[in-house]
Amino acid sequence: MLEIRNLAVKLADEDKQIINGLSLTVKNGEVAAIMGPNGSGKSTLSYVVSGKEDYEVTGGDILIDGESVLEMDATERANNGLFLAFQYPIEIPGVATMTFLKAALNAQARARGEKELQTPEFMKRVREAAKKLGIDQDMLKRPLNVGFSGGEKKRMEILQMALLQPKLAILDETDSGLDIDALRIVADGVNALRAPDRAILVITHYQRLLDYIKPDTVHVMARGRIVKTGGPELALELEKHGYRDFVGEAA
Amino acid sequence: MAAVKETVDRVKAIDVDAYKYGFVTEIESEKAPKGLNEDIVRFISGKKNEPEWMTQWRLDAYRRWLTMREPKWARVDYPPIDFQDLYYYSAPKSAPGPKSLDEVDPELLRTYEKLGIPLREQEILAGVQTSKVAVDAVFDSVSVATTFKEELARAGVIFCPISEAIHAHPELVRRYLGSVVPVTDNFYATLNSAVFSDGSFVYIPPGVRCPMELSTYFRINERNTGQFERTLIIADKGSYVSYLEGCTAPQRDENQLHAAVVELIALDDAEIKYSTVQNWYPGDSEGRGGIYNFVTKRGDCRGPRSKISWTQVETGSAITWKYPSCILRGDESRGEFYSIAISNGRQQVDSGTKMIHLGRNTTSRIISKGISAGRSNNTYRGLVSAHRKATNARNFTNCDSLLIGHDCGAHTVPYIESKNATAVFEHEATTSKISEDQLFYCVQRGLSEEEATALIVNGFVRDVLQQLPMEFAVEAQKLIAISLEGSVG
Ligand SMILES: Nc1ncnc2c1ncn2[C@@H]1O[C@H](COP(=O)(O)OP(=O)(O)OP(=O)(O)O)[C@@H](O)[C@H]1O
Ligand SMILES: [Mg+2]
Repeated sequence: MLEIRNLAVKLADEDKQIINGLSLTVKNGEVAAIMGPNGSGKSTLSYVVSGKEDYEVTGGDILIDGESVLEMDATERANNGLFLAFQYPIEIPGVATMTFLKAALNAQARARGEKELQTPEFMKRVREAAKKLGIDQDMLKRPLNVGFSGGEKKRMEILQMALLQPKLAILDETDSGLDIDALRIVADGVNALRAPDRAILVITHYQRLLDYIKPDTVHVMARGRIVKTGGPELALELEKHGYRDFVGEAA
Repeated sequence: MAAVKETVDRVKAIDVDAYKYGFVTEIESEKAPKGLNEDIVRFISGKKNEPEWMTQWRLDAYRRWLTMREPKWARVDYPPIDFQDLYYYSAPKSAPGPKSLDEVDPELLRTYEKLGIPLREQEILAGVQTSKVAVDAVFDSVSVATTFKEELARAGVIFCPISEAIHAHPELVRRYLGSVVPVTDNFYATLNSAVFSDGSFVYIPPGVRCPMELSTYFRINERNTGQFERTLIIADKGSYVSYLEGCTAPQRDENQLHAAVVELIALDDAEIKYSTVQNWYPGDSEGRGGIYNFVTKRGDCRGPRSKISWTQVETGSAITWKYPSCILRGDESRGEFYSIAISNGRQQVDSGTKMIHLGRNTTSRIISKGISAGRSNNTYRGLVSAHRKATNARNFTNCDSLLIGHDCGAHTVPYIESKNATAVFEHEATTSKISEDQLFYCVQRGLSEEEATALIVNGFVRDVLQQLPMEFAVEAQKLIAISLEGSVG
């Protein structure tokens, strides 16, 4: 469960406020969607929740499962079950995707005091998960995200999510740049993760994704805060009328 | 994960304050009096019972050295060295010369055990290591043990301390010693020629593929003692040998001088693969202590179609001044240089290679990865030249530098000279930083910042790590990073 209370965020080394008094709750078992115009602070929100150091929290609080995470670094938050599917996944030259996956999985296992997976078991899991997402086995040997197409990078984010089984997942525009089939596959991946003890937050610009992932709640974000909250019908409304009404309200 | 974990441990190990091999062996030693003059040169030669020609060779070098000056062109900075304030010879008292393993002082065996170098053949055979590696262990100025000599001898391979080769194989030593790095070559090489103490000698007869990896492990122990080892490797026609060199030294407050000379000779169709894992004590984070590593390494591809390949993983030393080079004399010969140089703390690295194309259709390849962290400085300096007769010479150079943090420096100084219009030299260079975005991406997946750094560095050096002989993977792991490819299939 994610609870954000009256959050204020500025850039760490600049006097620029990006999030102003944002409050938001995503309960366990819930899938919530955030929609909002470009530059309204959606990605920033996802980074701040994940503990990126470029930003400074100047007010409010972020709680995961009832515990404030502001004092935790990004590693700790990840190991507590937070996963962010990046809007722009990062390339790591020379590091085979398989290697990266193993490093991440084992780091999390160790942090939780669990046993690291044996290589054969690990390989089996990755192969199965990759197959479901239509990821070619050869891609697992290539350096992570290097030269991957936009859609391949997004699928790789979902693969990581499927393997890490987070308690709280934030997906930042994972649907952008996907073809219709890939959109379906990614949506299936998200739906497979739906569980009573998980919270999922999907950031998107398009109704298309929400056709496949039926969100329980939809939030509209503008100028660094949530300006409207509703059910799935709110997304359809936005599709028709755009953000015009909301942008004004936030100002 | 074991591998990443190990990598992290390695990266920590190269953190200059966490140097793992800094212990001192308590062992009585016999030293030459401090300072350098003709008597000291004679003393060293006498200690080894050398024939007159060798003593004269040394004395000629010494006289020559008196007329030379220390090179100052490298991007390194250190206070003047008082060459009269050093010991030029030090040997463990218990080991006046190489002996059978049973006779080696147990204290020395323990030292090498602690360093992870197995010297007892039965242990090696018992499967401590998966494949056999013959080791020559050099402790300060003398070789204390050489393993698998008999098995090698059956293949006709000579692998012994150079001090022994001077007696047992004078014709080979006289023919080849100084034939690649002349006595007059440079200040440090000339000094080495005068006072070199020990090192390894290898001869592979025609058509023989050396049945195992050969390695020399250098350990500086004694205080205020210079180490001047000398290695000579000859691969006769159509032969092959792979050789690895490892080095460590105790943690001491003063600087120690290491001025080695390595000469490689590859005759027709022969191939020498020379790998170095250099982990001399780098000094502490304030730049106190550490080894001055002033080394001359050169290979001569003397015969047609011969090949020499240098691979180095350099993580230690306060100052590194080292340019393993290839003279591509034989037609169609090939030279390779693969390097990973990591500097941290106050370390200064000025390293690179020279590829000198003399023969026709000669090719060379240079892949250099420099990683600078802390307040260190890391310079790649490389020369690629084509002689008038080097028709169709080809070189490919790729130099990548990676900066970690804001206070370190990376520099690339390529020299290219071509006197033949058909020569084609390609040069690529990049400098990058580990980006905050890359780090954040990794830590968001649960890696600590250190693990993330190690993983990214690992990726950066992968091309070069893959060049190290499999047999030495363990050794390489110990040092910086490994490609995890193997561990996940
Ligand atoms: N590190 C940064 N430096 C400068 N400006 C920043 C930084 N991070 C975010 N911003 C600014 O903050 C605002 C919000 O950016 P953010 O990426 O969060 O928007 P978004 O809602 O995700 O937009 P989009 O829908 O286009 O992805 C933008 O004006 C952006 O330029
Ligand atoms: Mg965004």
